[in-house]
Amino acid sequence: MPKYLLLKHYTGGPAAPLPNYAPMDEWTPEEITAHMAFQHEVTRMLTERGEFVDAQALSPQGAWVQYGGPEAAPVVTDGPFPETKELIAGWYMIDVDSQERAYEVAALVSSAPGKDGKPIHEWLEVRPVMWSHPHE
Amino acid sequence: MNEEALRDLVPQVLGVLVRRGHDFATAEDAVQEALLDAHRTWDERMPDEPKAWLVTVAGRRLVDAQRSEAARRRREEAALTEPPPGPAEQADDTLLLLFLCCHPALSPASAIALTLRAVGGLTTREIAEAFLVPEATMAQRISRAKRTVSGQDFTRPADIAVVLRVLYLIFNEGYGGRVDLAAEAIRLTRLLARESAEPEVAGLLALMLLHHARRDARHDEHGDLVTLDEQDRTLWNTDEIAEGVRILTAALARQRAGEYQIQAAVAALHDDAPTAEETDWVQILAWYDDLLALTGNPIVALSRAVAVGEVDGPLAGLTALEGLDAALGEHHRLDAVRAHLQERAGQREEALASYLRAARRTTSTAERNHLTKRAARLRSA
Repeated sequence: MPKYLLLKHYTGGPAAPLPNYAPMDEWTPEEITAHMAFQHEVTRMLTERGEFVDAQALSPQGAWVQYGGPEAAPVVTDGPFPETKELIAGWYMIDVDSQERAYEVAALVSSAPGKDGKPIHEWLEVRPVMWSHPHE
Repeated sequence: MNEEALRDLVPQVLGVLVRRGHDFATAEDAVQEALLDAHRTWDERMPDEPKAWLVTVAGRRLVDAQRSEAARRRREEAALTEPPPGPAEQADDTLLLLFLCCHPALSPASAIALTLRAVGGLTTREIAEAFLVPEATMAQRISRAKRTVSGQDFTRPADIAVVLRVLYLIFNEGYGGRVDLAAEAIRLTRLLARESAEPEVAGLLALMLLHHARRDARHDEHGDLVTLDEQDRTLWNTDEIAEGVRILTAALARQRAGEYQIQAAVAALHDDAPTAEETDWVQILAWYDDLLALTGNPIVALSRAVAVGEVDGPLAGLTALEGLDAALGEHHRLDAVRAHLQERAGQREEALASYLRAARRTTSTAERNHLTKRAARLRSA
């Protein structure tokens, strides 16, 4: 079964900004709870179907790091970032029968409820995970 | 008793329980638990009859399970009896269990997982590690598969081609975690071959052995792929080759050649050549002609084009590729074969582009590295 990484791009994507986008700090507590409950339900459903591999959320904190050369410290920078910076909010990794199924899961994840309980429609980047050995 | 010999008993024990009328899913759990008991206690005291021991212990587990299930449902203790004994044992239990685990209603991934557990006797954790998924996910995959096949007729043989396909997929999964899935596929196919006279079963077993024989030569010291023509043939396992050839010869003598026997025949011709130059490509091409006529599979047409390239020259091979784009357009192997033939034909720029396109399209890192290196070698030549 092929594995796919579903990258949650938060506000980024091929047609950003999102039409219904409102940052989470403008949601009500109930809306946040509903959103999180949805995520747990997706994980539970994927596990129950034998498709779940991993899911993680990423902190928005972070930095760019690069090799600085011999004897030099790593080059670290936290900016400047462009205004519409693409923020990867987290990922799912799934093990499914087909690409169609991967797309179906991505669309489900993107339907998570946000402000006013409406689907957030975030973009998911779906990437096949490569095998380490040759494969038919 | 070693691990494999113990696991060889699994389908026999499960077969006995299912024939006694026990539900397949529950019986399979009981056999797994009996296996764990065996691991715990056999080191100290090995039973005289290991199979009978497993049947007894698993049977006791089943009665326990029934009892607690019944208690839960507030049934009367008196209703608890073992189901009436059916035909105690049959010679073809492995075969029937494989039919059940490879049921066409299951996706390949589910059939593979269920086969490895119910027939192979591997634990859920071992299977999960082999496929790089969490144990909870694999447990669910297996229990869903069990629910799907539960209640299926245990006595009616299905299409053996489905079983062979699942075993072949397991063989090709290679290695993950502590379990050597290729070796496991060979073991299961051996069990099947003991019960089935179908020549394609023997053909698949021969094919696996003839490929497995080259295992140590297939990667270099960096773990990179080494193609057949560049492999160190002294590393090939001559015992496996001899066994594979013997099994194949007996199968072919029955005059019912099929897909696996033909692929095995090609593998045997490769294994038989002392050097790559001495490969009998004329015979290989003849087998691929047969295989293509039999299957119409465009991937076979691709392999055949390689053989044409060896017999009649790379330009003839390239001609043999014509018309495959429609069926294989995006498949990396079409570009890989094209690149190989273009390189041999001296079409350097075209070959370079084909290698890079193939490298971009493959979903295997081993193949991507190999194809990228081929392109690099060509660029610096």
